[in-house]
Amino acid sequence: MSLGASTLPFTKRVEQAMEDDFLRQAVRRTQDKLRGGKERAASDMGDWEAWRKRAEAIRQHTIQHLDTYLDQFTTQVEEAGGVVHFADTSQDVIDVVTDIIRAKKARSVVKSKSMVSEEVDLNRVLEDAGVEVVESDLGEYIVQLAKEAPSHIIIPAIHKNRDQVAELFSKEAGEKLPPETHILTRFARERMRQKFLEADIGITGCNFGVAESGALVLVSNEGNARLTTTLPRTHIAVMGMERLAPRWTDLDILLTMLTRSATGQAITSYVTAITGPRRQEDGDGPEELHVVIVDNGRSSMLGTDYQSVLNCIRCGACINVCPVYRQIGGHAYGGVYPGPIGAVLTPLLEGLDGWQELPYASSLCGACTEACPVRIPLHDHLLDLRRDEVAQKETSWAERLAFKGFGLVAERPGLFEAGARSGGWLARQVAEDGYLQTGWGPLKPWTDTRDFPAPARQSFRQWWREEGGKADE
Amino acid sequence: MRVGLFITCLSDVFYPEVGTSMVRVLRRLGAEIDFPEGQTCCGQPAFNSGYQQEAKRAARQMIQTFEGFEAVVTPSGSCAAMVRHYYPALFSGEAEWERRAEQFASRCFEFSEFMVKNWGDRHLPVKMDGTATYHHSCHMYRMLDLSDPPIRLLSQVEGLTLKELPYHQDCCGFGGTFAVKMADISTAMADEKVDHVCSTGADYLIGSDMSCLMHLGGRIRRKGHPVEVLHVAQVLDRGWMS
Repeated sequence: MSLGASTLPFTKRVEQAMEDDFLRQAVRRTQDKLRGGKERAASDMGDWEAWRKRAEAIRQHTIQHLDTYLDQFTTQVEEAGGVVHFADTSQDVIDVVTDIIRAKKARSVVKSKSMVSEEVDLNRVLEDAGVEVVESDLGEYIVQLAKEAPSHIIIPAIHKNRDQVAELFSKEAGEKLPPETHILTRFARERMRQKFLEADIGITGCNFGVAESGALVLVSNEGNARLTTTLPRTHIAVMGMERLAPRWTDLDILLTMLTRSATGQAITSYVTAITGPRRQEDGDGPEELHVVIVDNGRSSMLGTDYQSVLNCIRCGACINVCPVYRQIGGHAYGGVYPGPIGAVLTPLLEGLDGWQELPYASSLCGACTEACPVRIPLHDHLLDLRRDEVAQKETSWAERLAFKGFGLVAERPGLFEAGARSGGWLARQVAEDGYLQTGWGPLKPWTDTRDFPAPARQSFRQWWREEGGKADE
Repeated sequence: MRVGLFITCLSDVFYPEVGTSMVRVLRRLGAEIDFPEGQTCCGQPAFNSGYQQEAKRAARQMIQTFEGFEAVVTPSGSCAAMVRHYYPALFSGEAEWERRAEQFASRCFEFSEFMVKNWGDRHLPVKMDGTATYHHSCHMYRMLDLSDPPIRLLSQVEGLTLKELPYHQDCCGFGGTFAVKMADISTAMADEKVDHVCSTGADYLIGSDMSCLMHLGGRIRRKGHPVEVLHVAQVLDRGWMS
């Protein structure tokens, strides 16, 4: 389970999150802010639905012709002087990166935010190999010091407050730092600046690769990606194989959708486009540029019911509207990708085994599908995954038996009525005031927190037979 | 027009008064209605849990039961969404059943939708005193894009002050088996919703899905809040001035 951020079972992770009042308050507050911002940004765009359809069309086209665009992108990167590596598995990513590090005899790495590298647990591997790794995104730096995984794909430290950050930074500084934002950011900035200057290698992710030119496009609000890609002598960019835009004009639309959907910004503070390593006339930039294109389970979605998941541009809009994420935060999902996209993506990348609960961690309200800027039908994919689980017999025998019974009864109105009647009679014997307050079996989780009505003495069906049907006669 | 009543298994068994209210309101407007007894359940519990074969058995039963009606009306946005949105998809590749499913889907309407579609211009003589807030159930709001019809009906009710529910676009946490499988999360979602309901000072929480209302009502009752939970059809029936 390379995607696993926790070894605890799902129910335990949820329990922990639900007990963490601070986490839940912080998540609610941030979610409100982000989705409010997105709504404003979307309404400024006029016909947001038309924009979504355009963005979806670009993504669909790109994924349908992924082989062509990967080929074009690779050729362009190489023509610009970069080196392209293809990594099929997470181990391949690790091997490629560690080979470069060994060849360069690198001792320290500075890293900007990258979900793919979280996916393959790159930091841990590098640290195990004796290389110092420092995250340059403030949020990532905080979770790194806390030895945790990010709990949101664009706001990794959404779950931490200033006091908790001050505590982490104080430990790192070796002196007590007060929980004041400007002091904490100054500490992080000074610490990172020193690391930037010392680092042998800079590692980044890649928001989009532009196939027509071989450019790597990075968006950030802190400028750390720019420092990561200019100061160290070697730059390694790790990107998911699906993160391509055919042309700059397509990129324009995708960036427009990405930043608005993620934070409500019209554009982020920095948009960096890198084409190849430093040329003679360039003032800065790395001497070597390596691009690692990662499959790690992605190609298995091509040509399946799940292909549209590859359209994802990692904006987090689905997470920002998800009522389940709102209650449990990101770590409870257990994988690198939380929220609805995580509930879909993690089992697809890793297999359902070990991730059986994730497709059920949704009320199927559809808010995610509505929010997705590239129109991925996320809640329908959750249904597809549940269908797959049943087909693979990953559900309990008791549940399978119950639904077999459901199928039988659904086709037999007489049996349906008899079942309802006898169940109703039984429930009314133990009900008080028409409600059950303590249930048994599958009813128990309901009645633990909610009253459950006992079936009515006279069903609609009986009423219709006795009285209702007569009025039309 | 001959209208088939699709009462839903939940209303049939637990909330027959929602069905009887619907009958009385539709009759007052002159509709000729019938309740075909072959109906059981739309199949949503099985479908949403991944049991598509079992859902298909329920769907076939429903399709057969309602063939021959010009229109089918149901007091549930979520069951209407199941028929309209998922029935045709469920039978994709089975030409004959797919056609029949599409036929049914095109004739199946949620109660408020059906009311506004057929009697939207007519003033309804309904009076009910108090303050109410409306809960938009997710499948009706998102899948069927029906947010206006119930509000349009309720805003006609004389004496009723309708307050908008804060965070009205958020799910209440019912979600079918989600309410039981992920009971803690479901309850936390209900609590947030109930807080919002109470913040409006409403006497009534009105909705178009008894499933959401069973969950929210159950939580409201457990916590002892004095909020009464009602279906739109019940409001119209109860307040109808003859």
